[in-house]
This record gives sequence, structure tokens and C-alpha cells, in this order.
Amino acid sequence: MATLQSKLPASLVSRWFLAIAAGLLLCGAAHGQTKNSCLDCHSVLTDNLGVTEEKFSHDIHAQRGLTCASCHGGDANSDDPEVAMGKKAGFKGKITRAQIPQLCGSCHSDPAFMRKYNPSLRTDQLSQYHTSIHGKRLATGDTKVAVCVDCHSVHDIRPPSDQQSTVNPVNIPATCSRCHSDAERMKEYKIPTNQFAEYKKSVHHEALTVRGDLSAPTCVTCHGNHGATPPGASSVAAVCSTCHVFQAQLFDASPHKAAFASAGLPGCVTCHSNHGILHPTDALIGTDDKSVCGQCHTEGDPGFIAANSIRDHLAQLSAAIDRSDQILSKAERSGMEVSQARLDLVQARDTLTKARVTIHSANVARVQQDIQPGLVAAEKDYEAGKEALKERNYRRYGLGLSLIAIGIVLAGLKMYLKQIESGQDSQAT
Amino acid sequence: MGFFRKLRDWLDDRFGWNELLAPLRKKTVPVHRLSHWYFLGGITLFLFVIQVLTGILLLLYYRPGANEAFESVQHIMTRVKFGWLIRSIHSWSANLMVFTAFAHMFSVAFLKSYRKPRELTWLSGMILLFLVLGFGFSGYLLPWNTLAFFATKVGTEITGQVPIIGRPLMIFLRGGEEVTGATLTRFFGFHVAVLPGLATLLIGLHILLVQRFGISVPPKLEAEWLAKPPALREMKFFPNFALRELMAWYVALGVLGALAAIFPWDLGVKADPFVSAPAGIKPEWYFLFMFQTLKVIPSKVFFIDGEVLGVLAFGVAGAVWLLLPFIDTGRARRWVNALAVVALTYIVGMTIYGHFAK
Amino acid sequence: MEALLGSGFFLSAAAFFYPVLRFLVPPKESDMGSGSVVAAKTGELKPNSGKVFRFGSRPGLLVRTASGEYKAMSATCTHLACTVQYRDDTREVWCACHNGKYDVNGRNVSGPPPRPLEAFEVQVRGDEIFVRRRQES
Repeated sequence: MATLQSKLPASLVSRWFLAIAAGLLLCGAAHGQTKNSCLDCHSVLTDNLGVTEEKFSHDIHAQRGLTCASCHGGDANSDDPEVAMGKKAGFKGKITRAQIPQLCGSCHSDPAFMRKYNPSLRTDQLSQYHTSIHGKRLATGDTKVAVCVDCHSVHDIRPPSDQQSTVNPVNIPATCSRCHSDAERMKEYKIPTNQFAEYKKSVHHEALTVRGDLSAPTCVTCHGNHGATPPGASSVAAVCSTCHVFQAQLFDASPHKAAFASAGLPGCVTCHSNHGILHPTDALIGTDDKSVCGQCHTEGDPGFIAANSIRDHLAQLSAAIDRSDQILSKAERSGMEVSQARLDLVQARDTLTKARVTIHSANVARVQQDIQPGLVAAEKDYEAGKEALKERNYRRYGLGLSLIAIGIVLAGLKMYLKQIESGQDSQAT
Repeated sequence: MGFFRKLRDWLDDRFGWNELLAPLRKKTVPVHRLSHWYFLGGITLFLFVIQVLTGILLLLYYRPGANEAFESVQHIMTRVKFGWLIRSIHSWSANLMVFTAFAHMFSVAFLKSYRKPRELTWLSGMILLFLVLGFGFSGYLLPWNTLAFFATKVGTEITGQVPIIGRPLMIFLRGGEEVTGATLTRFFGFHVAVLPGLATLLIGLHILLVQRFGISVPPKLEAEWLAKPPALREMKFFPNFALRELMAWYVALGVLGALAAIFPWDLGVKADPFVSAPAGIKPEWYFLFMFQTLKVIPSKVFFIDGEVLGVLAFGVAGAVWLLLPFIDTGRARRWVNALAVVALTYIVGMTIYGHFAK
Repeated sequence: MEALLGSGFFLSAAAFFYPVLRFLVPPKESDMGSGSVVAAKTGELKPNSGKVFRFGSRPGLLVRTASGEYKAMSATCTHLACTVQYRDDTREVWCACHNGKYDVNGRNVSGPPPRPLEAFEVQVRGDEIFVRRRQES
């Protein structure tokens, strides 16, 4: 291994410079429980030899008392670079990409060792990695694929729970897309690079970033993290069904399951897409150009008819609910009390939500069964709204009566005045 | 009938009001082409009485306070029997009263009833008009809905623009730096105690003065009648004019009932100080002409801030209008006539403009 | 003519006083400000059972846990607003629409719901169980 002097750029080689730097930095090197002399020099070096104290302080390994020597070998206690980076101290220097998984795994796959730091951490990452596309290709000699440090970063590795960690759920899509959205990089692998762009349009992305729901699916939820592999067409439905239980059960009992399997179609993805899963609307069902059913079913076949029938049922209930909602709002604005009817309308909305799940059974009768109570409730609410408006009209009758009374008084007063004034006139003359 | 007479006499022996009311029996009202305008004052008084009565009824259920006001008005509108009627009448009558008060004031201005010795009647009337506007402004906030909240915010903001005294005045009105529940409590106090007290005193004074000096006759007519006494026509106040006034009041009552039943007053949405103001927020119609004026004034006129200029201009206009009886003499008479026409046209015009402007 | 005037006055006075008098009589639900609702009577719910009750214009859920304690929460699922129910077999609050699950404190534990159910305050007064929104202290 070459000595320190020949490795450094000539401009920075100067013992006195290093001595001063060491002296200055020793003052600030109070942080960290263990002495890490490597940073004394490396914090002022540039390019890929530079690791600042500040950067390393964020690393969970540093926080647990590990030093540079824990991975790179050498002696972190010595201030003498020749000793610190000497062969006797077991200095390894830069770790090659192909060596990285093994190096990390040397601790992280050792349960007895990891137990000392965090007993609940998994220790199967390396074995999972070997089953992944990345791991398999690395084994064939392709070092362009992802290794541990590509996703977890290096020298400032934060735990996934840390908001700034590259592997925090909110940041994962961006981390994966660093390579997977790079068309140049992915050219030789012949896989698409639009996944992140598609994902950004999806409801899952919205749930993750807008609603802050950390349980929303990211890349690793469906693909796995260490064992990252695309799910096969036959198994992707199993992935979706871990959250979307009812829809999956209904689908499995429907004629679509066998049909899709024999056609080699990827289950849920066929209609909902894989990365760009948009919020489904009622327009998705049916046979016009915005819907999916017409992609397989043709005019006249039972599926075509069923799709349109289901669509009509949903539209009918949705329209009934809107109608009731409008009349209730009208009554409310006039000052009528309709909170009971509003509550009932909530029930109607519930059945619509349920029906939108039931459609996965592709069974018109079942959907109809769900819709019916909703229609009844919406109708009842419409009637309640009409009643409330009738009460409003009753007021107008009351008004009419009082206006008649007033009219009588006015007529009477006029006649009385006439009488008085003719009397006064006759008196005057 | 004999019983009622006996009762009247018994009471008169103990109140002595026959003597007090004697001059009233002799009171007359001039009759001429323009004498229909004489009804307006009485109608305004009638509407004020309606406000007091419906206001007291509403007081039985209304709860002032940011977390209860809206709900209590909702309670009145939806649960209390005929609550919708009482509340809608109160809101409609308020608007009608502002209208009739303005109409009464303008009719007095054009008929020149403010001439000597009636200058103080004019002054007390003008103060009453300001009180009526104050009633409208303070009462509008009480349901604590979004429109009211922001209208109050804008209105008090404009008050704050007055130089020197504006800011302290604004803080006094708002009960703090911003419009909050404290403002609501304060406005409630103004609306049900301070303003009614002042208004009652001034109305008493105003009516007393009217009774004392009788009904004025427009100058041209006055000259005619002085020249030809037989041309003078008048009617007795009791019972002729009074009965006619009563008919006008009944008509007003009918109109109020119709408005309340056919166009019940809106509840709106509960005020939320953290929500941004809805687009195109406007004050009630009787403040529109001032609001619209401020909107069209450019933000800077020479070196003066546009809004300050507008507020000052209205202040000066108000002061001139207040002192109209003292200005309207001799040669200035022509100018005053022109000014009155301009003022009326301006107010009506700007109100219409403000209504239709985005 | 006098009869006309007299009857007119009488009718108009009646039209005026009738609403005023009815206005003066307080309505049944006289206390509107407290915002508390009677959800059930004591003894109505057995331990380990639940009841959906009306809370204004939205549904609320009253649960009596197996240990006899009362818990109340909004019954509007935080996922897509379906009405949840209490399940005595799994002893949790369940939403039938998409299999969302909450614990008896309203915390979302499984499935699509992103947020817990809003918890309400329960007060047992006499033989009535009152539920109202949590008051800020």
C-alpha cells in the first residue's frame, strides 16, 4: 500500500500544515465518545477523500461509538498517519463497490453482534440482497447496480425513522429514482425510466406526501427493499391484496381471476396500472374511451352489458344522493332544521362507498344488492327535504292570512277617515 | 262605551293628561302637493319601535360570545317557534329603517324644513342618523358569520385610517388590535345598551322639538300662503293625520311580514378568524357608497394616501351636511340646493355601482 | 263599517300576538349551547358492545368495553367517511367498507384509515350517558 505522502495532492503535502490543522481540530474534536483521529486530516481534504466532522456526526455508526477504522481498518487512536493507515493496523483503504455488501454484512448479518446495539434490528439484509436483481447482477460482475451505500448513503447513514434519511419512506421514491429515472444509466438494462414520474401522479404518492401517511406504499412496499425485484405478473395481485383485502377477495371470486391468469394479465395492474395508480372514479367502469372494461369486452358480450349495468347503478345512486343533498342544502339555507335527514344521507353515502368496492366481483346482482338500500335512504332524505320546504311554504300561508287582516284594517281606516272628514267638512260649511 | 269614558275620566283625574294633551288636539299638519313626505319620520319611528320589540324578544335567546353567538342564532332560526319570523323581521326592519331614515333626512333637506327655528331638530336628527348607522354596523356582527366578521374587519380597518384619532378609535371599537370575540361582546353592549339609550334620549328630544314648532312648510309655499291666507290648507293632527300615519304603519308592517316570510334572513357560515376573507367581500348596502368611493380613489393622490383622503373627504362632507341649516342663507341657497342634488345622486349612484362592481 | 275596523284590528292583533306568544315559550331542546347529547341510558349497553347514536348531523359510536368502561368517538371513518361499528368478536372498532380497524380508544391500527377517530368525552349523569366534544382546557 502506498504511503500517505504519495496519495495526497502535492499542494497540500506539508507536515507543518498538518500539524497545525491537527492542533486546531483537536480543540473541536471533543464530540464523539471515541477518538477518531482520521477526521483530523480528512475533514479538510476535498473530493472523495473528504469527510467532515459535521457530516460524520449525523451517522448512526458514529453516534454508537464506531470510527472510520471500524469499516476501513487502521488505527483511529493514532495521530500519526503512517501508523493510523499502516498495514500493521489492518488499514483497508477505499472499499471497492463489489466488496461493500460483504463489508456491511460482516456486522449487520451477525445477530449476536447486532444484539449489542439494537436487538430488534433485522439481520437478513445481506441474504435478501443476494436474491435481488441488484445482488444477482453484482455477483456477475456488474458494479453499476445498487449496493448498500447507494441507497443508505455513506459516512452520514441515518436510520430510516430520521426524516432526512435517504431511506425514510417519504424519501425512498427519490432515492430509487436517482438511478431508475436516469435514461442514460438504464439504457443497457432496457427497463423503463418513467416509474417515478408515474408514481408522482398516484394516490399512493399523495397519501405519502400530502396526507403524511407513512404506511402508504412506496417502491419498496411492492418491490421489497433489500431483496428488490419486480413482482411477477401472477403475484402482483398478492402484493396489492395485503392492503386492499376486500377488493382482492372479491376479485378472486370473480370470473376475471381465471380469465386474467390464462391471458397472462397482471391482476390489479391491468385496470389500475402499477406505478401511476390514479384515484379511481366511477368513470373507470363502463365501455366508453375513459373506461377500462371496453379494452377487452366488445359490444354485445355479457361482460360489456354487465359493465354498463354496473356503471348505471353507481351513477343512479350518486345522482340520487346529489339530488337529496341539494334539496337539504336549500332547506338549511332557508333556516329549516334537517340534521336527522343529513345523518341518513351519510348512510346512503356509505352504501355508495361499499358498492364501489363490490364492483370488483364483476357481479351485477351483488352491486345492485348494495345499491338498493342506498337508493331507499336517498329517496327518504329527498322526501324529508321536501317536507322541510313545505314547512317553509306553510309560512307563506300564514303571511297571506296576516296580509288579509292588514288589508281589512286599511280598508276600514280609509272608510273611517272618509266618514270623519266628510263630517268635518259639513261642520265647516 | 260609557264604561270606557268613566275609566278615562278616572285616569285623567290621577294623571292630569287632558291638560297636557290639549295643545296636541289643536296641532295641524299643512296639506300640499308634497305633504306625503311628512309620513317618513313617523314610519322611521315605527320601525324603531319594531326593532326594540323584536330586539327584546331576540335577547331572550341570543347568547353573545364567539363560541355561542352563531349557534344561538341558529337555534332561534330553526328551533324556537317563529324564531325565523322574529329574526327576519328584525333584520329586514333594520334595513328598511336605514332607508326611511335617509329618505326622511333628504326630504327634510329638499323641503328645507331645517330653517330657523328648527336647526336643532336637524342636528338631533343627523345624530340620530349616525346612531342608526351605528345600530346597523354593530348589529350586523352579532350573528357572528363569515360575512359579518369580514365586513366588520374592513369597516373598522377603514376607521383606523382617520389621521391621529383613527387608530385609538379602531382599537376602542374592536376591543383590541384585531376583530375577535371581544369585539363581539363590545358590539353587543353598544347595540343593546349604549345606542338604545342615546337613541331614546335623542328621539325624545327630536319629537319634542317637532311638537313644539309644528310642521314646516316649503319656502315657496310659505310665501304664497303668507300672501294669500285663504289658500292655506291644513288638516288636524288628531285624528286625521294620525289615522293616515297609522295606515302607513300598517302597510309597513305588511311589507315587513312579507319580506320576512318570503325572504327569510340567511344564517350564513360560522365565522372563522383563520380562514382568509372570501373574494369580493362588501359591506351592507348602506355603507356601499363610502366603500365604493374608497375603492375607486387611486392609492396615492399627490402625496396623500388615497384611503386617508377618502375618509377625510367624507368627514368634511359630513360636517358640511351637519351644518347645512347654518350655511343655507341668502346667496348660498343656490349652492346648497345644488349640493343636495349632487349628494343624493352621488349616494344613489355609488350604491348602485358598488352593488354591481366585482 | 265599525265592525269591519274592529274585526280588522282584532285579526291583525291576533296575527301579531300569536307568533310572539309562541316565540316566548321555550322549545323542547332548550339548551343548545352545551353541545352534549344523550347517547344511551345506563344498562342499555352490555359490556363488550357498541351503539351508533346521533351526534348533531353525524354518527357517533358509544362503546362499552369488556371491563364495563364507556368510550365514545366519532363513527365517521377517517378513510372515506363510512360509518364504523363495534365488533364484539374482535373487540375492536371496524369499518366494513375497506376493512379499516381501530382500537377502543379510536386509534387507527390497521387498514387504510390514516388518522384516529375523534374521541369524545363521556359523562354519566344519573341514568343517562352524555357525550360531548372534547373541551379545550
